Formats: sequence, C-alpha cells, structure tokens
Amino acid sequence: MNLFIYDQSFEGLLSSIHDALETGIVPDKIVSTRLYQDDLFATKFDIATDLEKSEKLWNMVRTKSSKQNCERIYTAFLSELPEIELVIYNYIKLIINMPYNTEADFSNDYVIKINAIYRKVSREAQRILMFVRFQKTVDDIFYASHDPQYNVLPLAVKHFKNRFADQKWVIFDTRRRFGYYYDLNDVREITISNKKISFETGKIDKEIMHVSEKLFQNLWQNYYNAINIKERKNLKVHMQFLPKRFWKYLPEKDLIKNGQIENSIVTVG
Amino acid sequence: MLTETINKLKILAGAAKYDVSCASSGSNRPNTGKGLGNAAPWGICHSFTEDGRCVSLLKLMLTNYCIYDCAYCANRKSNDIRRTTFTVSEVVELTIEFYRRNYIEGLFLSSGVIVNPDYTMERMVQVAKDLRIKHNYHGYIHLKSIPGASDELQQKAGLYADRLSVNIEIATEPNLKMLAPDKNFMSIMNPMTTIKNKIIENKEDRRKFRSAPRFSPAGQSTQLIVGATPDSDKQILSLAGNLYTNQNLKRVYYSGFIPVNSYDKRLPALAEPPLRRENRLYQADWLFRFYHFSIDEIVNDNHPDLDLEIDPKLSYALRNPWLFPVDINKASYETLLRVPGIGVKSAKLIVVSRQYNKLTTENLKKIGVVLKRAKYFITCNELKMPTVNEISPEYVRKALLSDTVQVKKKNAPKLYKQLSLFP
Repeated sequence: MNLFIYDQSFEGLLSSIHDALETGIVPDKIVSTRLYQDDLFATKFDIATDLEKSEKLWNMVRTKSSKQNCERIYTAFLSELPEIELVIYNYIKLIINMPYNTEADFSNDYVIKINAIYRKVSREAQRILMFVRFQKTVDDIFYASHDPQYNVLPLAVKHFKNRFADQKWVIFDTRRRFGYYYDLNDVREITISNKKISFETGKIDKEIMHVSEKLFQNLWQNYYNAINIKERKNLKVHMQFLPKRFWKYLPEKDLIKNGQIENSIVTVG
Repeated sequence: MLTETINKLKILAGAAKYDVSCASSGSNRPNTGKGLGNAAPWGICHSFTEDGRCVSLLKLMLTNYCIYDCAYCANRKSNDIRRTTFTVSEVVELTIEFYRRNYIEGLFLSSGVIVNPDYTMERMVQVAKDLRIKHNYHGYIHLKSIPGASDELQQKAGLYADRLSVNIEIATEPNLKMLAPDKNFMSIMNPMTTIKNKIIENKEDRRKFRSAPRFSPAGQSTQLIVGATPDSDKQILSLAGNLYTNQNLKRVYYSGFIPVNSYDKRLPALAEPPLRRENRLYQADWLFRFYHFSIDEIVNDNHPDLDLEIDPKLSYALRNPWLFPVDINKASYETLLRVPGIGVKSAKLIVVSRQYNKLTTENLKKIGVVLKRAKYFITCNELKMPTVNEISPEYVRKALLSDTVQVKKKNAPKLYKQLSLFP
C-alpha cells in the first residue's frame, strides 16, 4: 500500500497530490507527519512541500473549475477530518481529469462528499459569528474563547475586524491553543498563557474583568429571560438550534445553571 | 444604570416580545471610518429562546404606556400592568454595550403610542439618529412605523433604519375595527405606501449616485395575528400575497394568538395558541415566495383553509393528482418544485446534475430528496413504481400520515414491563 507523508500544511497536501498525479502513483493513504504511525508493509513517500508545484496545481484547479470551488476545497481541508486528504485527492483528480467542469455533477459521489464536508465546516464557521461572546477586561480589551469542531477561526477573523473596528479584541481557540488579537490596526496570531483565563469554561477571572462587565451580563440575562414566551415552549427545537456544547459561552444560559443572579427573578421551567 | 434599568428592561422587553419579527438580514451596511459595527446581509442569530425563536436583535419598546385600547394587545390602555419608559440615552447605551459584546446584530425599537403618533415617532427616530450620528454605529436598526405619523417623520426614520415596519395585525378591516376601534386599514397602509415609494425612489438615486444615503435598505415587513378572529386562511394569505406583490414587502409574519385579555368577550377563548396553523401558514408563505405558487393554488373558495394534518404542498399535490408523475430527468425546474419531497435546493441540484448523467433514485437520495414522499409523484430512469395515479390520493395521504404516527409510536415511552423468565 502506498503511504504519502506530508507536513500538515495545505501547500504540503497540494504538493503530495501534484506528485501523485504527475508520477501516476495512487496513494492509499495521505497522512501528516504528526499523525503518522509506522507501517512495515507500506511503501512510504515523504513529500517535500514545494510552493511552485502547489501553486501550479492550484491554478489548474481554478481554471478547470472555479474560484468558488477552490474555496470549497480549502474549507473542506479545514475540517481536519481523518481521511480528508484522500477525499481531496480524489476530488482534485476528478476535476483535473474530466474534460469539462464537473463541480456541479451531483450524481458523482466525490462531488457530493466534498460539498457535504464544506457545508459542515461552513456551518461551524457561522457558529463562531453567532456564539462568540466578548467579555470586557480591565484594559478595555474584549476577550472571547471558543472551541470549534473544525479549524474555522481563521475564516471568522475578517468579519470581526470589519465589525469591531474601534475596539481591541481577542478571540481564542481553546481546543487548538491559538487565537487572534486586534489592536485597532492589525490582527496578529497569538497564544495565551494567562492563568486568569480558564480554557474549560471560556470565562475570565473576576479580577481582570472590567467594572461594568458583570452588570451588562446581568442585563443580558434578564433580557433573555423576559423575551421568552412560555405558552410556546418547545425545548426540542430549542436544543436543535442551540446545542448544549455552546452553552458555556452564553451568559444567558448561566441563568439556568447557577440559578442565582443579583437583582433578577429566576423563573424555572 | 442599575436596579432601575434592569426593571425597565424586564418590563419593556417583555412588552415587546409579541412582535415576532426577528430578521437582521437584507442590509449590506459596511463599517466606515473605524466606526462601530456593520450589518451582515445574511443576518446572524446570536441566541435562541426556549420557545424556539431566534434572538438576533435587542427588541424593546421605548414605552409601554399607550393611548389605544386594542383588544388583542397586552399593553392596551385598560390593562392594569406595570408601565415605564426608557430614556433615549438608556436605549442607546444598552444597544451599544450589547453590540460590542456580540450579543446582538442590532436594535428593534417599538413603542406604545403616547400623546400622539408624531410625538411617539419623533422620540424613536431620535434613538436611531443618536446611534448613527453620535456613536458612528453601522449595525442593524429596525424601527416600527407609527400609523398616523407625518410623512416627514416616516422619511426621516428611513434614513437611519435598515428596516421599517407597521403591523396590520388583523387581516380584514371589519374585524380590525371591531377589536381596535382607533385603527383602520388606511392609517396603516398610508405609511406603508409612502415608504414603498421612497424606497423605489432611493434605489434609483443610488443607481445614479453611489454616495446617495441608504433608505431602509432591508425594506418593510408586517405582522398578522392568527386565530384572534374568524378570518380564513384564504383571507390571510390573499392579503399577504397582495402585500408582497403591490407593496413590495420583504416579509409577512404570522403570529399565533397568545390568549391575553381573556376578560374581553370579543376575543376567542383559546386554550393554547394555534401553533400548528401558524406553521402551515409559514409553509404556504414559502410556497408563494420561493416555489412560484399563486395564492389561488394554495387556498381558494373551494379550499379556504389550510389542511392542518399535512403541509400545503402535499395538499396541493393530492388535490391535483393528474399533474403527476413527473419525469425527474425531463421536467422543468418549475414542475420539480411542485413535487412533495423536493425542495428548492434539491430541485436546483437535479437540474444541474442531470446535464451530466441520467439520475436514479440512488442519486436523488444522495442529493437530499425525501423519497418517502416523492416516490408517489415521480418517475425515474428505473422500473416503474406505483404513483399517486395508480394508488389513490386518499391512500397516499393515509400512507404518509401513518408514517409519522409510526415514528411517534416508536419514540413513545414503553408502557409495559418486560417479564422475567427466572424468579
């Protein structure tokens, strides 16, 4: 069995696919160096990431299909799903080898697969825009954490930079241990080692919280409670739209968990 | 900004929740000059309430005092409830601070009518103006239009807001006048028409001069209460169709009547809000806007109310079985849209994919067609299956309804105890 090993970057994957298509060797598995486990019976191919090759292949994909299709493939790559490399290899091979543009041929299994993964990742990216909740710190920086299933934080940065152009903010991916910091001019990639920020709950410690922060969280909790129409209660639909894994980031869900907020009446059920 | 504001917020958010409009989409307002915020054209839901609705905007009433006494309204003059008023700066500060924390896409501001419509509208417009001008805020703003307010105020509102709306609430004028004697269709339609014309004019202006200011870019919407009066679904949907076609409304919302003011004998004594009927109305609304149905095809004099047991598209198909089966590989996009189990997305994928290959039921399943329904109405490149013409429409209806019942039975809790073989 043919085993391709690459450096986990997108350019590395494109280089592997370029080599496979050029030499005609069909990979049975494409795996990153990080996840590679030694296999005695496999023929190993160590792929060197070559920017020229990856650029050349990428251009071919773009001209053969479309810019949108390129976005689709890259977004699918961000899913970090096991075997995604092989899915992308098969898809790109299809695109390159067909004489016409097949990106819309939904009778083809590879097209369906790539689109399904693309949709899953896009939905997770949209969820960052929806469920990120900033907490204001004493230095007037708005901090938020999130742990997306797929590596979608890079897709969300542009939106936050445009929207919150006049406030400093940080969004941190607690699962992958990296984040972005906007300092009113540029966005920089960062890591965090501040003990006052919990990676499990996503919350910052009271000590570094801005004096007004608790008040506005409290106001929001009261608002959320007041707009609920009890006669229309539908928890099944509610859980569909708002899965439990996001609840830890939402101050409004704290109301149910703690049951004890200053200056508010808690109604349960 | 402490206990008093929290109490005001509880009262005035609770008072505003009966206006179900929740959209934050339709406006592509960019951030300029390092201001605060932008409006995303597709809209973003930031949270969801336990009743399943999305929370996208900070929905408030500026005040819940009101000079009117509409029978269906929780805030009517003769109700003895806690009343209060926000100051303009309180609303502005709440909006800005919530927005900065990514809790909301923007503000939805309504109000009870105090003193007179102009006085009320003036203060609402002030909130929007402060946000835009003083705070350089580019997020979403939805303002209610107060019926009876002057044209100039309506126009001023459109300059700052992304969406304007005025609620019709009751679908026929005689019933409206019975429940809300201070209101009539004219006082509601006039501001709607004024704003519609201004939007058309503004679109022309922006085509010529890109720098012309936006005017209510996300258009208008309205709300109809369902079940407070004996109006039929035909009357409701005919009005909605009219509003979409002639008034260019972006959305009509249907709100199942929540039994408030049960002491008022003009209102029906409902045990619970008519949610199933409301759901069918939304499905019918979708058929009109996205599936190219005419209102007449969905409801008419022979069939004035929507079927509660099955959705309107299936109901149409069962009432018109001679239109089926359709050949998946040959039928037009319009025809495909009429097949129960094929949605807009699937229809588009079918049309695009069949250029490459003839489609089979396996392909259709992968595309996302609900074959359990569609199989009675289509033919494919395969062995012939019985369709709605071989089996009767009544049988198809029974088959599809019992499917739902079977699923419910499967998920119901077990009522019997497993006997043990051993003592």
